[in-house]
Amino acid sequence: MSNIKIAKTLDARNLSCPLPILKTKKAIAEIGIGDFLEILATDPGSESDFQAWTKSTGHELADHSQDGGIYRYIIKRTK
Amino acid sequence: MSEKKKRIAIIASKADIPGAYPPLLLATTAAAMDYEVSIFFTFFGLNLLKKKKLKKVKITPAGETAMPMPIPQVVGMLPGMTAMATKMMKSWMKKANVATLQELMDIAIESGVELIACEMTKSVMRIKDKQLIDGCTPGGAATFLEYASEAEITLFI
Repeated sequence: MSNIKIAKTLDARNLSCPLPILKTKKAIAEIGIGDFLEILATDPGSESDFQAWTKSTGHELADHSQDGGIYRYIIKRTK
Repeated sequence: MSEKKKRIAIIASKADIPGAYPPLLLATTAAAMDYEVSIFFTFFGLNLLKKKKLKKVKITPAGETAMPMPIPQVVGMLPGMTAMATKMMKSWMKKANVATLQELMDIAIESGVELIACEMTKSVMRIKDKQLIDGCTPGGAATFLEYASEAEITLFI
């Protein structure tokens, strides 16, 4: 994880589905290709949603974790 | 991506809160997932394309047996009950930070979702083009079927 530099953080905490995904789509366009986007969310469904979203769009889910009800995703923009 | 985009075709036939949300939620999410998206607005669903209509979308408690309001069904038919149920539903949705229908429609337009207004419905309900939001295109059953025949997902809502 130490080699990952976060280019931007998206705070999607307390947002309901599908806003975390819709906002991620916008945010990823605002970072460079190869850069990393960090997303914070509280929607438990986001775990499977972000896996589906990265699978569908081809961006890379570099890391994800959960701590105290806060989900953290690191996505690498690949294109 | 240079490869062919996946495609989803949605029919929106309702214009109350439980009927209006699913097409717009799924369309915006599909667009965010790089799908090509088309929504065909027909029957009451066409109301969703009317200007300034989205704020006025309601829910009626009569017939919504799953609505968590502690009232008998017949009371739900009384004057004022639809307004009350709509207010309650909207406040729950706001508390849960659910996007508004207008926000979803704005995102849909911004992300290139194709909005097809059913021509037949327009004539039946005497809706003029100038009453509809900019950016929707006219179409009929054949338009939808031709598009849907190439879609991975087709939904009727």
